[in-house]
Amino acid sequence: MNNLKKLFNQKNSGLLAVYFTAGYPEIDGTADTIVQLAKAGADIVEVGMPFSDPLADGPTIQQSSKKALEQGMSIGRLFGQLAGIRARTQVPLVLMGYLNPVLQFGLQRFCKQCREVGVDGLILPDMPLQWHEHNCKSLFEEYDLGSIFLVTPQTSGERIRQLDEASNGFLYAVSTSSTTGGNRGFGPEQQAYFQRLANMNLKNPVLAGFGISTHEDFSTVCRHLNGGVVGSAFIRSQEQGIAAREFIGNLRLPDVPNLSD
Amino acid sequence: MKSNTDTATGFSSLRNPDEAGFYGPFGGAFVPEMLYPNVEELRSKYLEIIGSESFRREFLNLLHDYAGRPTPLYFAKRLSEKYNTHVYLKREDLCHTGAHKINNTIGQILLARHLGKHRIIAETGAGQHGVATATVCALMGMECVVYMGALDIRRQAPNVARMRMLGATVVPATSGNQTLKDATNEAIRDWICNPTDTHYIIGSVVGPHPYPDLVARLQSVISEEMRRQLAEKTGRETPTAILACVGGGSNAAGAFYHFIEEQGVKLYGAEAAGHGIHTGETAATIALGKAGILHGSLSMLMQTSDGQVVEPYSISAGLDYPGVGPMHAALVHFGRATYLPVSDEQALKSAHQLARLEGIIPALESAHALALLEELSFGKSDEVVVCLSGRGDKDMGAYGGS
Repeated sequence: MNNLKKLFNQKNSGLLAVYFTAGYPEIDGTADTIVQLAKAGADIVEVGMPFSDPLADGPTIQQSSKKALEQGMSIGRLFGQLAGIRARTQVPLVLMGYLNPVLQFGLQRFCKQCREVGVDGLILPDMPLQWHEHNCKSLFEEYDLGSIFLVTPQTSGERIRQLDEASNGFLYAVSTSSTTGGNRGFGPEQQAYFQRLANMNLKNPVLAGFGISTHEDFSTVCRHLNGGVVGSAFIRSQEQGIAAREFIGNLRLPDVPNLSD
Repeated sequence: MKSNTDTATGFSSLRNPDEAGFYGPFGGAFVPEMLYPNVEELRSKYLEIIGSESFRREFLNLLHDYAGRPTPLYFAKRLSEKYNTHVYLKREDLCHTGAHKINNTIGQILLARHLGKHRIIAETGAGQHGVATATVCALMGMECVVYMGALDIRRQAPNVARMRMLGATVVPATSGNQTLKDATNEAIRDWICNPTDTHYIIGSVVGPHPYPDLVARLQSVISEEMRRQLAEKTGRETPTAILACVGGGSNAAGAFYHFIEEQGVKLYGAEAAGHGIHTGETAATIALGKAGILHGSLSMLMQTSDGQVVEPYSISAGLDYPGVGPMHAALVHFGRATYLPVSDEQALKSAHQLARLEGIIPALESAHALALLEELSFGKSDEVVVCLSGRGDKDMGAYGGS
């Protein structure tokens, strides 16, 4: 069984997934960052595969992707960095990125290497559902890789069901109509959307992402859904030299402040 | 799903994609879920809207009374003598706003109104599409935001001033090479952030399905008129060859459209070689690219072996793009059309030549198509139509008045 499924069998609330861009800030720091995040208490680590034209990303991930590529990052190099990661941590690992670099690497070769290094799931946001059905589904199954699809506040109920059906791992709820890294707090509208998803009794756990940067954001999504994904905020903390332990500690602050300490 | 690669029907079906937006192996809608509802709304409604009687009537009226169509098909006598053949120029440069781009923006603004949208966004390279979009937004009283590469803002200053005078907000794209690709990225990001009230008027036959087909259909008025005008002038509806420049490929798609199924008509596209296809400073996508995904469609793409998009270069801001519309990729794939690289230098030479021989200053983009007359050879009795997609007022800086 892959590590994502193991995780969801053990835990279904307060799940924290942390995204960072592979090859950033240091090109060969990818494996160390994963290990630090796992030790600091991330439940899932999402490793971003940088692309030259990240359409769905805001300035933070645009910049980290650009820098990683300038430093020579590639999918081939990423697999090199991930070789041996399973001797260091069993944290569920998800690769996230745009479809084109994966296609140029070769879809089958990509899936095979994912399995070899111990990747558990894939988020390829610009992969169409129907295209996945025809070209990826059986390959992903063969290599025991979970497919993780996105839903948004604009996604119809019928399509949410389809995307949930096609997903195998978790469903990624994009919190607002925005690129990554935007937003300031979740208002009633977003909370209603989170609750609507929660009420659908979907097959997969639902983690919300995009615009989660504070303890308050994270606890809001956790009140409604199974957990949340933090990306741009973590990358900004890396740039400020904040340790993963401190970053995650701040996100997961107990709701009642501990005054004795 | 119907196939569009059926050899029994020849190439006629290459004109339009299948239901999923594929022209043979190219096309589709590779968009993140954030864009899916926008694209799906358009996909499910565009054919019905643009096929409706009320849309057709209003579209054709505006093309006639506002854009100045039909544009002339001009027999270029001195150019014909120079190349010892019959050269006709399809005068899209005489359209209101100075290029063929207005055909598409008139159609799309009407479509946006049918969809109930009141905010318009667009990307632009040379600024021609930006001006054409700002123009129709002024006409319809809609808010207009145009994304333009910061480099292009500098090299196409007159068009920036025109857009602003027309009431558009011009937003510089400062990522990448700060050209058309980057402007398109920013426009798409805007659409992600504004999914309900905004229509994105893409300027070329690129982007996710249904844009390539939508834009090709709206631009097909070019070849529709050409057929009629050729019949009047030559007695035959079909020419020997059609030459057009290709960045994303909208004027070429429009000029080829009604001739794609006429196998006797040779179709030639001129892509921007920049300093030359082997110099690393080029935008010759078909010469150098391979299949890949950019801006929502699978087409030919200039990219590294790792699948990263290569920054293009061309003196012509309108052709400075690392991709090409999926229809063109399919026309190459099935051997129906030929695309040749034309360098900055060749384009400049052809622009000056047209100015001196015919008294017409072409846009730098269109000058690439004219340069094919030098590359190809035609017989004395052949009839060659060059799509003169735009006028050169905006390019006087590059032409230098020499």
